[in-house]
Amino acid sequence: MTIQTDHVLDAKGLACPMPIVKTKKAMKDLESGQVIEVQATDKGSLADIQAWAKSSGHQYLGTTEEADILKHYLRKASESEVKEDKNYPHVIKNDELQVKLDAGEKVTVLDVREPAEYSFGHIPGAKSIPLGELDNRADELDKKSEIYVVCRTGNRSDLASKQLADKGFENVKNVVQGMVEWSGPIEKDQ
Amino acid sequence: MGMKLISAKEVTEKVLSNKALFILDVRNEDAFSDWKIEGEQVEHLNVPYFDLIDGVDEIVDQLPKDRDILVVCAKQGSSEMVGEHLVDAGFEDVFVLEGGMKSWSEYLNPVKIGDLKDGGSIYQFVRIGKGCLSYFIESNGEVIVVDSTRTVDAYTDFAKERNVTIKHVLDTHLHADHISGGRLLQDRTGATYYLPPKDAEEVQFDYEPLIEGKDISVGNTKVKAEPLYTPGHTIGSTSLIVDDQYLLTGDILFVESIGRPDLAGKAGVWADDLRNTLYDKYKELSHDLIVLPAHFGSVSELGDQGQVQAKLGDLYEENAGLNMDEKEFRRAVSENLPPQPNAYQEIRQTNMGKINPNDEDQREMEIGPNRCAIHG
Repeated sequence: MTIQTDHVLDAKGLACPMPIVKTKKAMKDLESGQVIEVQATDKGSLADIQAWAKSSGHQYLGTTEEADILKHYLRKASESEVKEDKNYPHVIKNDELQVKLDAGEKVTVLDVREPAEYSFGHIPGAKSIPLGELDNRADELDKKSEIYVVCRTGNRSDLASKQLADKGFENVKNVVQGMVEWSGPIEKDQ
Repeated sequence: MGMKLISAKEVTEKVLSNKALFILDVRNEDAFSDWKIEGEQVEHLNVPYFDLIDGVDEIVDQLPKDRDILVVCAKQGSSEMVGEHLVDAGFEDVFVLEGGMKSWSEYLNPVKIGDLKDGGSIYQFVRIGKGCLSYFIESNGEVIVVDSTRTVDAYTDFAKERNVTIKHVLDTHLHADHISGGRLLQDRTGATYYLPPKDAEEVQFDYEPLIEGKDISVGNTKVKAEPLYTPGHTIGSTSLIVDDQYLLTGDILFVESIGRPDLAGKAGVWADDLRNTLYDKYKELSHDLIVLPAHFGSVSELGDQGQVQAKLGDLYEENAGLNMDEKEFRRAVSENLPPQPNAYQEIRQTNMGKINPNDEDQREMEIGPNRCAIHG
C-alpha cells in the first residue's frame, strides 16, 4: 500500500516523549487536512499517538510496521475539529445538587453507572440508564426537564452529558465528584 | 530540592510503610485505567504527558503543595519532562520513577516468611507491580526456587549473598500471566527444572516431571517439598507442601480469591477439577498449613512487610471462593471473569518454548496486572 503524505517526520531511535513532542510541533506547520507520516521505533508510540490524536482532535489514520519501523499516519484537523475543551462544560457539585433535592425541586437525576452499582446504592428517585445503553434509551428522558447526570467519579457522566447535549438536550449538568463522594441520602434495591 | 529519580524499590518502601504519596501518572488514559501503582495512602491524578508538553499550568491547581509528588510514566522519559515542568512551576519535592512502570512491573521485594524446622528459611519474592509471588526455599546451602519470574538476577544475587546454591527450580503450572524464569535459571545455575507433565505436553525443551509422590528434597532431607496434584487453574496445576508447614498453592487458591479455570480455553471442564481441589483435596490437609499463593490481587492482601500469606483454616472461613454451593461456584468461575492477562497466549507459548521473543518484547508482553484470579 502506498500512502500519500504531505510531510514525513523521522522520530526513529527516539524514546518517549520525543516522538509525540516532535509530532505535535510538526503538526503546527501543516495545513488543515494535510497528512503526516511519523516514523518511530519506540513501540509505545503506537498507543500514545492514538491517544494523543483522540485528545487533540487530529485524525489518526493508521499505522504500518516494516522491519521494526512503525509508520503512523495522521491527518491534521481544521480549527473547528480540534477539541478546545475536553470536558462537558456544565457541571454541578454534589452539595449543590443536594440542596436542590432537599428543596424538593422537580429535577431528573440520571445515574449512568452499571445496574449492579446502582442496585447497591443510588440517589433516591434516580433513573438508571447505563452509559452503554444511553444512545438507544435517550428518548426515555424528557428533553425539557433539568437533568443531572451522575456516575461514580464524574467521567462516565461527562461522556453521557456530551451525548445528551449532542442529541439536543439543553438542560443537562454533570454531577461532580459523583457517587464516590456522595454524602446525601442513598436508596438501595431490596 | 528539585527533581530526583526514585527507584521502584524506594517506591515500594513508601507504599508498604503507608506514607502519603501523590502520584501524577502521565501515561495515556487506557494504560492508567488498566494498571497503576496502588497503595492505601496513594492518591492519583492521570494526565497524559502529551497534554503537558508545553507546561503544567493547567493542572497546577489539582496538585498538592504539602506532599511529595511522584511522576510516573511507561519508561521514565516523559515523567522527566513533566518533572522539569513541575520544578519550573515552583514545586519543590518532585520525584520521578526510575525506569517507569517497566521497572515497577519487574521489581521483586524479598520478604522472609519463616524458618524451616531444620534451620532453613523460606522467602517470598513479591513482585508488587504485577502481583506475582515466587519462593526461595533454603536449607543447608541448597535452594529451591518456585514460580520464578524472568528477572532471575534477583534470585541468583540473593543466593550469592547467602552463599547458597540453587539446586531446583519449579513451576506449579504453565503460567499465562508472566514469563517463567525457570529455563533461564536452569541455564545459569545448572539447577533442575521441574514442570507438571500435564501442563507440559507441548513444551519444546527437556524438563523433569513434577509428580505427586515424587518428593523433592533440599539441603537436609527433612525439608521436603511434596508435590500434590491439584488441577483446576490448569490441568497440571500442582501444589507443594514444604516442611509440613507451608502450602504453596500456585494459582489454585489465593488469599482473597480463587484461581480462574479459563486461561487455556477450557473453563467448563476445569471448573470441576478446581472444585474438587478446593472443596475436597485441600480440605483433607492440615488446616494449620500456611497458604502461600503465586499471586495477590490487591495491596490490601499485603502484610506489614509486604508478605502475602494466610492459614488454610482461616481461608475456609473467610475466602468467599471456598464458601459457595455448586451452582454459585460454577457461576463464579465462568461468568463475569475479569479480562484475560495481557498477551496471555503469547506468554503461554513462550513458556512452552514455542516462541522466543527478545527481552524488549517479553517486557511488553508482561505489562499490566496478573488477572489470574476470578475477581478482577
